[in-house]
Amino acid sequence: MSLFLIVALPFFGALLPGLMNSAGRQACAGVTFTVSLAAFIGLLTNLPAVIAGDLVTARVDWIPALGLNFTLMLDGLGFFFALLILGIGLLIIAYARSYLSRDDNMGEFFTYLLLFQGAMVGIVLSDNILLLLVFWELTSLSSFLLIGYWKHLPEGRQGARMALTVTGMGGLAMIGGMLILGQIVGSYDLSVILQNRDLIQASPLYLPALLLILLGCFTKSAQFPFHFWLPHAMAAPTPVSAYLHSATMVKAGIFLMSRMWPVLSGTPEWFVIVTTAGLITMVLGAIIALFKHDLKALLAFSTVSHLGLITMLLGTGTAFGAMAAMFHILNHATFKAALFMSAGIVDHETHTRDIRRLGGLRHLMPITFTIASIAALSMAGIPPLNGFLSKEMMLEEANHTVLFNSHWFVPGLAVFGSIFSAAYCFRLIGHTFLGKVRDDYPAKPHDPGAGMWLPPAILVVLVITIGVAPFLAEPFVKLVTASVLGDTAEVPKAYFKIWHGLVPALYMSIIATVGGLILLAIYRPALRLWDGTPRPEAKVIFEGLVEAIVRVAKGFIHGMHNGAFSRYGAIMMMTVIIAGYYAWTTGTVGTATRTMQPVTPVVVAGWIMLVAATIGMVFLHRNRLMSLILIGIAGLMVSIGFVFFSAPDLAMTQITVEVVTIILLLLALNFLPNQTPIESTVMRRFRDSAVALAGGLATTVMAYHFLMRDAITAPISEFHLANSYKGGGGTNVVNVILVDFRGFDTFGEIIVLGIAALLIYALTETLLSGPVRARLLNRTPDQPRAGDMHPMMMVVLTRVMMPVVMMVGFYIFLRGHNEPGGGFIAGLVVSIGVVMQYMASGFNWASARLRYPYHGVIGAGVLVAGFTGIGSWFVSKPFLTSDFTYVRIPPFEKFELATAALFDVGVFLAVVGAVMLSLESFSRLARRAQVPDTEHPMDIDPSRSDPPDPALTTAKEGV
Amino acid sequence: MELLVASGIGILTAGGIYLVLRLRTFPVILGISLLTYAVNVFLFASGRLAIGAAPVLIDGAERYTDPLPQALVLTAIVISFGMTAVVVMIALGAFLGSDDDHVDDPAAEDAT
Repeated sequence: MSLFLIVALPFFGALLPGLMNSAGRQACAGVTFTVSLAAFIGLLTNLPAVIAGDLVTARVDWIPALGLNFTLMLDGLGFFFALLILGIGLLIIAYARSYLSRDDNMGEFFTYLLLFQGAMVGIVLSDNILLLLVFWELTSLSSFLLIGYWKHLPEGRQGARMALTVTGMGGLAMIGGMLILGQIVGSYDLSVILQNRDLIQASPLYLPALLLILLGCFTKSAQFPFHFWLPHAMAAPTPVSAYLHSATMVKAGIFLMSRMWPVLSGTPEWFVIVTTAGLITMVLGAIIALFKHDLKALLAFSTVSHLGLITMLLGTGTAFGAMAAMFHILNHATFKAALFMSAGIVDHETHTRDIRRLGGLRHLMPITFTIASIAALSMAGIPPLNGFLSKEMMLEEANHTVLFNSHWFVPGLAVFGSIFSAAYCFRLIGHTFLGKVRDDYPAKPHDPGAGMWLPPAILVVLVITIGVAPFLAEPFVKLVTASVLGDTAEVPKAYFKIWHGLVPALYMSIIATVGGLILLAIYRPALRLWDGTPRPEAKVIFEGLVEAIVRVAKGFIHGMHNGAFSRYGAIMMMTVIIAGYYAWTTGTVGTATRTMQPVTPVVVAGWIMLVAATIGMVFLHRNRLMSLILIGIAGLMVSIGFVFFSAPDLAMTQITVEVVTIILLLLALNFLPNQTPIESTVMRRFRDSAVALAGGLATTVMAYHFLMRDAITAPISEFHLANSYKGGGGTNVVNVILVDFRGFDTFGEIIVLGIAALLIYALTETLLSGPVRARLLNRTPDQPRAGDMHPMMMVVLTRVMMPVVMMVGFYIFLRGHNEPGGGFIAGLVVSIGVVMQYMASGFNWASARLRYPYHGVIGAGVLVAGFTGIGSWFVSKPFLTSDFTYVRIPPFEKFELATAALFDVGVFLAVVGAVMLSLESFSRLARRAQVPDTEHPMDIDPSRSDPPDPALTTAKEGV
Repeated sequence: MELLVASGIGILTAGGIYLVLRLRTFPVILGISLLTYAVNVFLFASGRLAIGAAPVLIDGAERYTDPLPQALVLTAIVISFGMTAVVVMIALGAFLGSDDDHVDDPAAEDAT
């Protein structure tokens, strides 16, 4: 099966459990199992190629410009990990089916599980380190969802957050490391990177890259000092713990270290950092595990310890160490998953995981006892189980490792850790299953159904098989080792067997086992000593750290972002000043190349009106209605200015926008206070005037400067002028730019406009459904209302005007491509026509005659524009490529048909919809506040026979 | 002519800044509208001033106006309407919700 399919199956399959949720738990688990099984079988179909030593690859260029390609590769190492992920995944799915209770949402659980599975398979099969990073982050995210699956438990949420924070931070560091690595080699493909050992190790950037990548690996694989998140992740449901912490998530770091082994290992830096971290983790984890009373916590710390062991083996940098590491990964995955599942069974049946409350379960749960005991003995390193074999290899390797110039340091600590390791394994068996049967279990324990014990039993069979017949596993482990080593070293010749003769490793094993038994015998005093020793609590430190960071961030953000408009204004102004200063000091000012154009009296008059209106607004702004009139004058002068400077399109747009803006502001003013009281001090006003004058002066100088100079390079407008008719088929260059050359911009703009209108609509809805509604209903208008709000003259006039306005809009639209006009302006004109109906005949009357909701009009506009763009795909052209042709239908003149016109229809519809939706929303607010208006267009209508509503009349008189 | 346009932009800007600094919703909206005019004219002027130039392609025209700033400003005008409408709506909502049309949060005002 293609590698793509193997990776894609879990991701696509993740859609299914949610869909099957209502079909029952069996169907839900069944479909998940099937998906995993399909991927598993797909993986197995590649086994012959892997055994033959071929590199199975699949490649699709994703973003070649960034070096990010979707390339997958399958070698022995990838196959090994994928086998663990999918194989144990299958057992976990079967186990979870029985483990989860009826209250748990099974579809959600399996969706997360499959997402996680897909991400893990992605990591181990990636051939591109950037792609690997993507999957790496996906595992952090999906494990967050899995660990926090029981959302009602605060520990679950905290544990999930901690895991995400730690592994996420590590992931960030790793991104840095991988990018450096890619820079050194010049390629982000793993297969290329792995060939460049000498280049990488000779690079001065080797050490930073190594440190950053190791940071990622250590956080993920819970190595000291980042080991603390793993035990807290135990708040997850047991299947999750068994999956994440035996075979998958925490092994991702180990995987990456193995993957990068050929290029990163073998240097003193690698040796010291990795071996030391592994050694400390191994010993520390083992010691803490012994004194944990929660079964899962014990297993969690034992996992930390074993991960340390594997890391240490990888750190030694020898081929034998790597082989031992690979073998132990396999063995650890089998016995640890079995142990976690057994712990889950105990928890499920007795309703407690506290070892102090257990004991004597041997007779009550014989099957579970057998499974857990064999797995625990294997973990302790007792022959003839698989844990013994790899532990012997570890001790053997430790014996040859010289760290800090000491021959005793590594072996001594390895034995010391092994003693504790053996002790906690014995404690797990002894204190949980052996001893007297108690009568105070929280629930009556008995063995569960086969659904729960079969998956761990399968693993235990493996534990025994590998232990008794290690030659079965040997070729496979050597195959994996060969792909870890790459070309750097030969696969060691050593055979896997139980009896190696009286070698030092055997004595070390015996010391560990006997020491473990002694330690368990003196457990009580040892526990007292442990409890009496003060030690740092990782969770407290972590949370303190997080809180400190949050405080700093809060201080910074609240300082910048305090909700005060003036603060933002000040920040923006400072930025502008600094940027301006920089530009001024680094740039040069050329001499004026243009001459000042002469001024006519009419222009001066226009200028005076603009200036007068602006100054008037500044002085009269407290009278709000007055300032509206003044801003209308300013807008009008700007529009006339556009005409004067040969921009008729702009003038038409400006003048139509002016009309709708004034209507909008009038609607708003209806609610806002009519006057602005004087409240700022004279000093304050003086300061503001100074700031305003400085700003005005600066803009004047800048505008004057560039108006007097030609552009340094020829503007691209030359291209537009030259190609407008030839390429776009229109003589109105501005319109052709809008609908053709820069059609994509326009497309974005109409979407923005639509979003703005929808935002206004949504805000109105929120206001009208909240407390504001009551306030509006009780509000008495502060101005006298007109007795005849909808006078007959106006109603009749607007009705007559409507077809004329529509005609004008249509005309402006049609001529848009060749003469000033177009969709924007036509849309605004038509909107004004419709708004007039609202104003004249009242909201009720007008909206009752509204056949299409404005949301739909906006949507239709965007869709029409979008489909016009997509249409060009059908002729294999890029999005929004336009085409046009000339048609002649007698007796008319020859006219043009352009796809751009269709696009302009979209623009037109979007503009009409957006403007109308905004204004309509405002008037909905207004309606709430006033007396309900009637469905009639006119308040006083002589042709109507029914008498005016007395309530209405009194209400009006009351005002 | 250039000086008139430049000073017009400057005066609109100055008026806009002053009104924005009044920190009550309505003057702020008016101020933003003035600033919008200023910015639009400023953008438009980046095509330089051409009086009596042909805005559309016609035979025999000697010089044309720069169409690109015009196209940019055209959409800017329409978008600025959308923006003004949203700002007005937010201002209205804030005023109707709290009976206060100050732009800054009261807490922040106390602090300053």
